[in-house]
Amino acid sequence: MALFARIRIFVGALALLMLAVMAAPVVAQQPSSVNPTASSVKEDQLLQQLQQVQGRITIPDAKAATLIQPAGQSWRQFHEVTLPWIGGIAILGMLALLVIFYLTRGMVRIESGRSGRTIVRFNAFERFVHWMTATCFIILGLTGLNITFGKELLLPLFGAEGFATWSQWGKYLHNYLSFAFTLGVILILLIWVAGNIPNQVDVDWIKRGGGMTGKDHPPAYRFNAGQKVIYWIVVIGGGAVAVSGYLLMFPFYATDIAGMQLAQIVHGTVAVLFVAAMLAHIYIGTIGMEGAFEAMGTGTVDVNWAKQHHSLWLEREVTNVRAGASQAQPHATPAE
Amino acid sequence: MARMKFLCDADRCIECNACVTACKNEHEVPWGINRRRVVTINDGKPGERSISMACMHCTDAPCAAVCPTNAFYTTADAVVLHSKDICIGCGYCFYACPFGAPQYPKVGNFGSRGKMDKCTFCAGGPEADGSKEEFEKYGTNRLAAGKLPLCAEMCSTKSLLAGDGEIIAQIYKERVVKRGYGSGAWGWKTAYKETIAS
Repeated sequence: MALFARIRIFVGALALLMLAVMAAPVVAQQPSSVNPTASSVKEDQLLQQLQQVQGRITIPDAKAATLIQPAGQSWRQFHEVTLPWIGGIAILGMLALLVIFYLTRGMVRIESGRSGRTIVRFNAFERFVHWMTATCFIILGLTGLNITFGKELLLPLFGAEGFATWSQWGKYLHNYLSFAFTLGVILILLIWVAGNIPNQVDVDWIKRGGGMTGKDHPPAYRFNAGQKVIYWIVVIGGGAVAVSGYLLMFPFYATDIAGMQLAQIVHGTVAVLFVAAMLAHIYIGTIGMEGAFEAMGTGTVDVNWAKQHHSLWLEREVTNVRAGASQAQPHATPAE
Repeated sequence: MARMKFLCDADRCIECNACVTACKNEHEVPWGINRRRVVTINDGKPGERSISMACMHCTDAPCAAVCPTNAFYTTADAVVLHSKDICIGCGYCFYACPFGAPQYPKVGNFGSRGKMDKCTFCAGGPEADGSKEEFEKYGTNRLAAGKLPLCAEMCSTKSLLAGDGEIIAQIYKERVVKRGYGSGAWGWKTAYKETIAS
C-alpha cells in the first residue's frame, strides 16, 4: 500500500513537471509578441538599399556620420590590384616598346647633316617653364610611384624605418612641388596653345606616319601632330592630376568618402598613364632623334633639323625675319 | 590566444556617448580625434537605432592592405595595431576602412594630415607595454594589464561588448534567445565575414 502511494505521488509529480515544461514555451512566447527589431532599421537592408549606412552624429566631424561604407573594399581592390597592373603594363610596356623601337629604327638622324647655322626654337622663358614643369614631374612621378610600388620594390631594400623616412619626405615633396607643377602646366597651356590647335596639316602628317615611323618627313608648323598630342596630354592629364591631387591634399573639404576614393582612382590612373606617355616624350627628345634635345637645351636648333621636321615653321620664321629686316630698312633710311 | 572583437548590441545602446568620453579620457586623445563614436540611424523616427563604432579590428584588415608603408600589424589577440613611427599620414587607410576608424590630427599647412590615430582595443602600440612612450603615442595599454577595453567595460547598459569573439557572441546569442529579438551584430559581416544568427 505504501509502495502504491509512493508510485502515485511520483506519477503525479511527473505529470505536474510535464505540464510545467509544456507550459514554459507559452510563457516565453509572451514578450516576443512585442518585437522592437521588427520595425527597427536593419544593417543588411540599409547596405542593400544605400551601399552604405549613414546616420546622425553629435560630434562636429560630419564624415563620421557614415557608419559602414563597404565601398572601401572595392577601393582597396583598385589600389592593391588594378592600379599596380595598369601602372606596370603602361610603364614597363612603354619601356619595352621604346627599347624595341630604338633597336629597329635607331636614332633618327638629320638626313642632310648639320648645316652649322642655327635658329631659335624656344626662348629662355619657354625653356624655364619646360624644365620647371619637367623637374617637378619627375620628382612627383617617382614619389607617387613610391606610394603604389614602394612597399614591394623599396621596402625590402630600405627596411621599415628607412622606407618610412624616405616616404615621409616623398610625401612632403609630392605635396609642395605640386604647386610649382600646376603653375608649370598653366603656363604651358598659355604659352604654347596657339601652336597646338589641330589643323589640316596634322591630318596629312598622321597619314604619312609622322617623322618617327614614316619613311619621309611630312611638313609641319612649329608643333607637329605628335607634339600636339604630347601637349594636350600634358595640359589635360596635368589638369586632371592637379585637380584630383588637390582634392586628396585637402581631404573632405569638397567631397565625401566616395568622392575621395574617386579622386584617388582618377589621380592614380591618370598619373601612371602620364608617366608612360612622358617616357616616350623623353625618348624622342634625347636618344630618339638627333638634334632634338638642343631645342630645349640651348634653345636653338640646326636649320637642317628644322627643315626636316618643321619645314612650314622654318619657312614662316625665315619670312618673318626677312620681313622684319625689310621693315627695318625704311626706318633706317630716313635718318640719312 | 583569444580573437578579440567588439560587438554593439543596438537594441541596448541608449546613445549616452559615455564610451566616447571614456575612450577620450583614458587615452588622452587630442581634440578633434574620436577613436570611438556613436551614430544614430533614423534619428527621431520609429525604429531608430544607435550604434557605437570604433575600429573593429577586422580579419584581413583593409587598412593594413592599402598602407603604402606597411605600418600595420596584427597582435596574437587579432588586434589590428599600427606604428606611428612608420605611418606617413597619407590618409589611404581612411578610404579603405569600412568603419571610418582612422583619425588624423591636423598638423602643418593646408589640410595636411599628421600620423594616423585609431582605436587600439586598449592594447597600445609597438613600444614596451605600459611605457611612457607607448602611452604618449597610443594611450593606455589595458590589455597588457589584463583588462578589457574601457569603453565596453563601463557601458551602462552593457550594449557594447569587447573581448574574445566567441564569448561575446555567446553572450549576445543568449540575450537574443532570452528577450526574443536582436538586430544582429552590426558590422560583423563586413569586419569578420561572419554574423551571429538571431
